[in-house]
Amino acid sequence: MLQTILEHYPYYLSTALIAIGIWGMLAKHNLMKKLIGMNIFQTAIILLFIASSVKFGATIPTYEPALGVDNPALYANPLPHVLMLTAIVVMVATSGVALAILLLIYRRYHTLDEEEIMKRMRE
Amino acid sequence: MDQLPVIIPISLLLFAFFTFLLGTVRRSLAYPLTLVGVATSLIASCLGLFRVLQYGAQHYYLGGWTPPLGIEYVLDHLSAFMAVIVTFIAFISIIYSRRSFLQEVPGKIVPLYSLMLLLLAGLTGIIVTGDLFNLYVFLEISSLAAYAVMAIGDDKAPIAVFRYVIIGTIGACFYLLGVGFIYFATGSLNMADVAQILPSLYGSRLIVVAAVFIVIGMALKMALFPLHMWLPDVYTYSPSAVIALIAPIMTKVGAYVLIRMLISVFLPNYLSNVLPVTLIIGWLAAIGIIVTSIMAISQTDFRRMLAYSSLAQISYVALGIGLANPMGLIGAMLHILNHAFMKGCLFEVSGAIRYRTGLWQIPQFAGLGRKMRWTMGAFTVAALSMVGIPPACGFFSKWYLVLGCVDASNWVFAAVVVASSLLNAVYFFRVLEKVYMTPPDTDTAVVEASDPPVGMLIPILILAGGIIILGIVNAVIVTQILEPVASTL
Amino acid sequence: METYFSLKPLIAVLVSLLSALAIMLSGRRPNIRELWTILGSITMFGVVFSMLPDVLSGKYPEIILFNVSPGIPLSLRVDAAGIIFGLSASLLWIITSIYSIGYMRGLCEKKQTSYYTCFALCLSATMGIAFAANLLTFVIFYEILTVATYPLVIHKETPEAIQAGRKYLAYLLTGEVALIVAIALTYQLTGTMDFIPGGFLGDIAGQYHLLGLFALFLIGFGMKSAVIPLHSWLPTAMIAPTPVSALLHAVAVVKAGVFGFVRVIGFVFGPTLFHDIGAGNLLAIMASITILVSSVLAMCQDNLKRRLAYSTVGHLSYILLGIALLSPAAWLGGLLHIVNHAAMKITLFFCAGAIYAKTHCEKVSELGGIGKQMPITMGAFALASIGLVGMPPINGFISKWFLGQGTLEAEQGVYLIILLLSSLLNAGYLFPIVRRAFFVQSNNRTKYAEASAFLLVPLVFTALLSLFLGLVPDGIFHFYHLAGDVARGVLSGGGR
Repeated sequence: MLQTILEHYPYYLSTALIAIGIWGMLAKHNLMKKLIGMNIFQTAIILLFIASSVKFGATIPTYEPALGVDNPALYANPLPHVLMLTAIVVMVATSGVALAILLLIYRRYHTLDEEEIMKRMRE
Repeated sequence: MDQLPVIIPISLLLFAFFTFLLGTVRRSLAYPLTLVGVATSLIASCLGLFRVLQYGAQHYYLGGWTPPLGIEYVLDHLSAFMAVIVTFIAFISIIYSRRSFLQEVPGKIVPLYSLMLLLLAGLTGIIVTGDLFNLYVFLEISSLAAYAVMAIGDDKAPIAVFRYVIIGTIGACFYLLGVGFIYFATGSLNMADVAQILPSLYGSRLIVVAAVFIVIGMALKMALFPLHMWLPDVYTYSPSAVIALIAPIMTKVGAYVLIRMLISVFLPNYLSNVLPVTLIIGWLAAIGIIVTSIMAISQTDFRRMLAYSSLAQISYVALGIGLANPMGLIGAMLHILNHAFMKGCLFEVSGAIRYRTGLWQIPQFAGLGRKMRWTMGAFTVAALSMVGIPPACGFFSKWYLVLGCVDASNWVFAAVVVASSLLNAVYFFRVLEKVYMTPPDTDTAVVEASDPPVGMLIPILILAGGIIILGIVNAVIVTQILEPVASTL
Repeated sequence: METYFSLKPLIAVLVSLLSALAIMLSGRRPNIRELWTILGSITMFGVVFSMLPDVLSGKYPEIILFNVSPGIPLSLRVDAAGIIFGLSASLLWIITSIYSIGYMRGLCEKKQTSYYTCFALCLSATMGIAFAANLLTFVIFYEILTVATYPLVIHKETPEAIQAGRKYLAYLLTGEVALIVAIALTYQLTGTMDFIPGGFLGDIAGQYHLLGLFALFLIGFGMKSAVIPLHSWLPTAMIAPTPVSALLHAVAVVKAGVFGFVRVIGFVFGPTLFHDIGAGNLLAIMASITILVSSVLAMCQDNLKRRLAYSTVGHLSYILLGIALLSPAAWLGGLLHIVNHAAMKITLFFCAGAIYAKTHCEKVSELGGIGKQMPITMGAFALASIGLVGMPPINGFISKWFLGQGTLEAEQGVYLIILLLSSLLNAGYLFPIVRRAFFVQSNNRTKYAEASAFLLVPLVFTALLSLFLGLVPDGIFHFYHLAGDVARGVLSGGGR
């Protein structure tokens, strides 16, 4: 059991972070904490991808004359990394939009606590 | 001509930038530029549809890189169909939006129009792309633009949108996880390529998880019961013209992704026989139809009622998908088209009422039938179509769905589809009674109401006319466009 | 069955659509608007009547329009059954239009333009139902009819009327959704929807499966045919103006329901299959219960129009009983009763409306002595009552005679007893009205004269029509011949 965890620790770590992120998004009342939970969630997914694309004994995917082009196992696959660059950009953009919306909410209600806001909305 | 698949999203993207740049210089340029951008995409979509009908599927390789290495854009019957729907509704809504924005959100016209173009670019991108990760990118483009555009509204809009941000991000990230797992298992991101490789991997647990994550992600985006809680608030508090654009098409694009996953990526065999995914979707949809229709009956806010009604309609589409037989799929796809027209008309009517009277509570609508004749006439046509009275188009999509239920010998689903017609009748006829048969109170804004200006009235009438025309010609649409798609089942 | 292409069925349906448009546009000039109604109704009747000779000789005009569903076209075909319904509806529309003009103007009703427009739309839908050549076309026009009659039911716009409208829609739309499932199932079982005399369903599914299918049709068509327990929308709908009650709820809407049964039993299921699955007995029993219960309920009603409504419920089930018995004479009687009951009931409703227009009294108990003041009106009422009870020489006798003969042919004598019993009950609720009108002293001083000519001429015409059809059942319109053709075509030589 411990052996399995030690061998696959990145995956368990990512899963734990995903769970923490979702818990934060759903269970926390403070809107800022929800946003942070969202960030943790997205980061965890990115970690998962990167961890899956680790290749032991490979080098960066640029042409290395000493290694040649015959054996693809010697070069790391750039695709997951590139996909994750895009995902990071998306994460940043989402955080930006969410923060802008939080700003609007704060200016209107002067609080970031969800239950307070619900109460003030009804008035 | 070969570039049609890529012109559809890219033109919108380009015009989004132009509108923002030139709009900050001169405000009055924003609207015409937006109109030109959407018109370009609409013409490209229509031409694309004609070419698909004549020659079959159109492929475009981004940058010249052939799949499975490169990103591919595909126009086949389904995507051309969806592209025409999305761009046409967008075009009508943009024409409608001019007056409405000037009244509801003056001062933010330029960012609104450029964000709407960005939203449309994202939606059309989802439709034409043939690459799984590219779909995620466009999904997020459209979602972010939607969050921003919806938050420019009422007081209560930002908090509703924040909830949407959280839930929408969960949905998109689940989709990303699913795509990641597919990539790990198959080594490819191209939809057609994955479809070829997957059958040999049917026993793999990784694919099961991938399928589940993708379906849940899209169910969140599609607002399928019970993941629908974000939708009513968001639809109620957005600006009228924004919701007139988003309501008819955004959740439908989520449904499109689900259909695409069903027929082109995970072949139907997998999602209905190996895993009971379509069965679960069908049952959730059936429960969702009944629950959301009942909730719609108890609403007094007109926009909220329409929001719950939209939830019920998207559940129809999900029911059609869940049946997983050709007739059910045809019913689902035809309902995407019909509902786009019906809901577009209804939300535009709601905006017109708000424009002229500032009201949105149904009890205050008393007597509007006499004051806003054309608008209420269009509303009657749309309402009758939602209830399912021929020759309006709503009857025909329900007809195909019932045929699909009967084909599958699923009597519960058939009963749900027809019972919901009666529930729809309850809440729509309630509004019709209020509007036509109750005399107006003398001190409300209704007394001075009149039909909205031509710029808002013409789109409403076009959509209402379209509802009847679509009903009459539905057999042509079904045989030409939809049956080739359903035959892959 | 020999068919040929003709535009006439389509013209019959479109004529009133166009006149509805014209009526809507000429709302400001009432005389021109009324002209459109009269012109439209006369043209429609003319077109339908012109197709009669061909139908009588066995050549059916047909037009197949575009597809409304892959493989199912919108198509119209005028056969003997259809033209019976079509002729009676279009002829009586002309009469009702004249009556409407007198009634609406006499009572200074509001919203007359929408009234006439909706009326024209209803007749368009009725023609569509009469001439539909397949199940999908039938159901499409059936639904349009329900929606087109709704504004007429709630015409008065009082809270009571709106409640009545809700009940009307609730009942009828529920029936229609059952109908949609029924025709979907038929299409799935057989792959076709075309009406064929003698049925096309065949022995393709188990007995309970087919009974279930018939149950769905029963709910669907039974709503409009006011079979008990699906009948209570009809008395409530009497809140509509009297011309609406007269034409729609005695001739067009309710007969559309009964006509649906004719089509389903004769042209979809077929008599042999229908009998074999036991549905014949089911329908006959339900019809008999309806006949008896409605007649008893009619006797308890004081409101004249409600009494006539319950009477309609009973008479519709006469037709259904005839259809369910599946013997040639029973079918003949049932189909003839479609026309005969229409003529008689419309007379009664016209009289009720004329009385209301002049005296504003709606209750039977207040009708004392009115016979002396409005002799022509009550004379026509008496004539029609005699016919409904089934006494010669009025046409009611003819259809009852054949129905009775049909029960004996089908060897189900018990239904004969029910028919005779119901005749007595009919007398029990109709004759007291006549007696009170003529032989009881009136208790108010005002002297009433006869209603205006617009109201009087139509009711005299329909009363005389009933008399004429009683004396010469095959006169001008050849209804007897047509009904015989239908019976023969469906039962193909002797019934079961």
